[in-house]
Amino acid sequence: MKELEAILGRERLITEPEERWCYAFDAAAAQPKHLPVAVALPQSTQEVADIMRLATQHRVPVYPRGAGTNLSGGVIPREDGLVVSLVKMNQILELDAENLTATVQPGVVIQDLNDAVALHGLLYPPDPGSVTTATMGGSVAESSGGLRGLKYGVTKDYVMGLEVVLADGTVFSCGGKTVKNVSGYDLVKLFCGSEGTLGIITAITVRLIPAPEARRSMLAVFDRLEDAAHTITGIIGNKVIPATMEIMDNKTIRMVEEYCHAGLPVQAAAILLLEVDGIASVVEKEAAVVEQVCRENHGHIQVARDDAERDNLWTARRAALPACARLRPTTVLEDATVPRSKVPEMLMALQEIADKYNLVMATYGHAGDGNLHPTIACDERNPEEMERVSKAVDEIFRTAIKLGGTLSGEHGIGLAKERYMPLQFGESGVEVMRRIKQALDPLGLLNPGKLISMNPPGGGQQ
Amino acid sequence: MSALDDLRLVETEMAKCMKCGNCQAVCPLYKETLREAAVARGKVQLAYSYLKGEIPATQGLAEKLLFCLTCMACVANCPSGVQVDAVVLAARAALVREKGLPWLKNVIFQGLKRPWLFDLALRTGRHLQFLALRYQPELGRCHPRFPIGLELRRVLPPLAKRTLKEEFPEVVRPAHPRLRVAFFTGCLENYIYTDIGRSIINVLVANQVEVVIPKDQHCCGIPTLVHGDVHTAREMAASNLVIFQGYQYDYLVAACATCGEAWKHYYPQLLDATPSWQAAEAVAAKARDINELLLEIAYRPPAGNLPWKVTYHDPCHLVRGQGVSQQPRAILKSIPGLELAEMKNADRCCGSAGSFSLTNYDMSMRVQAHKVAAIRATGAEAVVTSCPACRMQLEDGLAQAGLGPRVLHVAQVLDQAYAAQDKAAAGWSAAS
Repeated sequence: MKELEAILGRERLITEPEERWCYAFDAAAAQPKHLPVAVALPQSTQEVADIMRLATQHRVPVYPRGAGTNLSGGVIPREDGLVVSLVKMNQILELDAENLTATVQPGVVIQDLNDAVALHGLLYPPDPGSVTTATMGGSVAESSGGLRGLKYGVTKDYVMGLEVVLADGTVFSCGGKTVKNVSGYDLVKLFCGSEGTLGIITAITVRLIPAPEARRSMLAVFDRLEDAAHTITGIIGNKVIPATMEIMDNKTIRMVEEYCHAGLPVQAAAILLLEVDGIASVVEKEAAVVEQVCRENHGHIQVARDDAERDNLWTARRAALPACARLRPTTVLEDATVPRSKVPEMLMALQEIADKYNLVMATYGHAGDGNLHPTIACDERNPEEMERVSKAVDEIFRTAIKLGGTLSGEHGIGLAKERYMPLQFGESGVEVMRRIKQALDPLGLLNPGKLISMNPPGGGQQ
Repeated sequence: MSALDDLRLVETEMAKCMKCGNCQAVCPLYKETLREAAVARGKVQLAYSYLKGEIPATQGLAEKLLFCLTCMACVANCPSGVQVDAVVLAARAALVREKGLPWLKNVIFQGLKRPWLFDLALRTGRHLQFLALRYQPELGRCHPRFPIGLELRRVLPPLAKRTLKEEFPEVVRPAHPRLRVAFFTGCLENYIYTDIGRSIINVLVANQVEVVIPKDQHCCGIPTLVHGDVHTAREMAASNLVIFQGYQYDYLVAACATCGEAWKHYYPQLLDATPSWQAAEAVAAKARDINELLLEIAYRPPAGNLPWKVTYHDPCHLVRGQGVSQQPRAILKSIPGLELAEMKNADRCCGSAGSFSLTNYDMSMRVQAHKVAAIRATGAEAVVTSCPACRMQLEDGLAQAGLGPRVLHVAQVLDQAYAAQDKAAAGWSAAS
């Protein structure tokens, strides 16, 4: 502890038990808590490297942390160890409008980056729901997604270069600013979504795009869930990729309407919220295609005429989570993703699972990219109910994998889904990951117990 | 029985917290510290862990829970609708019940709850304040001469030579009163900012409203409540209630955001298990912020010209506590010649938070720096607000930053607009 204090000073090392409690959780529901021995708040790469050298020397597990907004328990300590909070490394190091890149420290809040690049008419497309609080480092480590995923992809599609501190304190850089860069292993992608298990990200270079000059938002209302689902595949089949294509089921519509009175049709089986963006004339053309496909599938379509109407629509979509959250004390938000042709099947299956376990479950999500958010409203103080929740979650993931999907579209694996990894990757796939982990972090010090278990089954090593 | 007496009553609020961290985006203290214990979800989890017996009632825990402006920005931004301020106050109260108050607070609160003692101390203080405070004529303000528990850098208004209650009779009656209000002056308007109190009375009288200023009224007690001393706060609430029950009036008016909040929300909550509860509810229904009242009684828009450029700062306990933000702006916009330039984040806390600025001066000034920058960017020559506590903080911050804008209460601006009108009318009649 003395040595840590020598690196950070008294101010940036938290040892008080009351304050350490505040680093024993993240946004994931119903996870066990474990108190870290201390919390370090480094301000430079050098300090992070020094911390890691010390951790290696003393064999202390390290839990890197951003804003702690992740939903999979990815930053929750599992055993006595050190939390390294990177929120104080929050400088935008460079904004290169000529090369369309920005280089930032990991603690920069995503919204702050977007505000900075907007002044240059640029956009950093990944926009997770927690965009106003989540940090860039956390977002890269979790490879988070968001509402624009269908057209623009997820975080890993925008990361061009990284500076990383490894478990033993080695600092290295990979990738860079060039659009073309194919030398060697793609270490940048390896660290995107690595959830702090391979190294601590200390600088990030991201790709920016010109902000779209026009956009149009539409609301399509359907009497049958299947029609909504066919519309999704129909639009893409007609070679239009909307920036956003969001679905809300009847339960979600009702809850949102009750919560924020946005004027949504409470009788509808499902609605789609769509937005096309780009060059004005292209937007015009694409919007016409979207409207036509909706009509062909018996959808009633409304186009937002101005910014106020557009804002109203997106407010309604963003209200989905809060509306569910206010229903019951605990909100278990899942992240199962399937190929988009399987969205209808998945939606039906989710309905059956909710009925089978007698749970209140609303489903909404990024239908265009197959990323659904079945959200279970429950009360974590009721063990019997939580038991049913756990069983339902289990079944949700098994169904997603069976349909050719994945355990996570944008929230990561963390603690919550670690046990399902062999389902998606098979034992051999998990073993490959174990070897990578073993090579980069032989002592198993970085975020042990998350993503993959080293000595299956059971947590990390001390 | 309210949550102030039993932390378990806000257990559901605590369970509702999704720990999503959205509060980080709006918490002024998180912005400065970037520490989880400073932000709502951290405090809610601490209070919850304490309730569940996972952590003991330590000094450290009390400090963490006191480190909050209760500005309610998190409440307004919470997807789950957690009443964070209620949780924080309930937890502070529970800790005081278990561990008692620190002796200094105890001494101060004992003084505060004895109106005659508090009044005597402050009235004596105005004669002796030169011993402790050095008056700076160029600022019209004072600096502490030596550390008296106050920060030496701090710029303070002097205590008024005559209190508001000494200055006015108990009843101020216009020629043809159309209604009668009881004016709760609060400490700041009675002992320090008597100019605000004077303007309130002028404005009300100008609108044919009879003003009663109950002479025995005293501090609203909220300073004791926010430090967890529910017992004292309840005594003070009960006493003020009894005093105001002795008068007939149509409305109770307050011109301080916290005092208004006290009558509307805290008193009924504090007195809910006592025989006074119904009376407290009845007065709460009559309680109005001055801005609210003026619009409700269709105040007379001034005709006089006030060629000022001003900006408006929303006090937390008014905008989020009472939902009053459009009314003061409507009043300002009704003044001919006056230009209202909105500052960025007008509803962000100025960092005062009552005694928070006394106990955490540096942090309070760091929060305030954002406010000062926003004010500077508008180029306004005056900052208008609706709370004397915010005024004190803003005056300090602007003076420290070497900035010129004066800080005024909405009522003062309206009062001046009426005065300008009268002057213009007098000039016109003299000329004719």
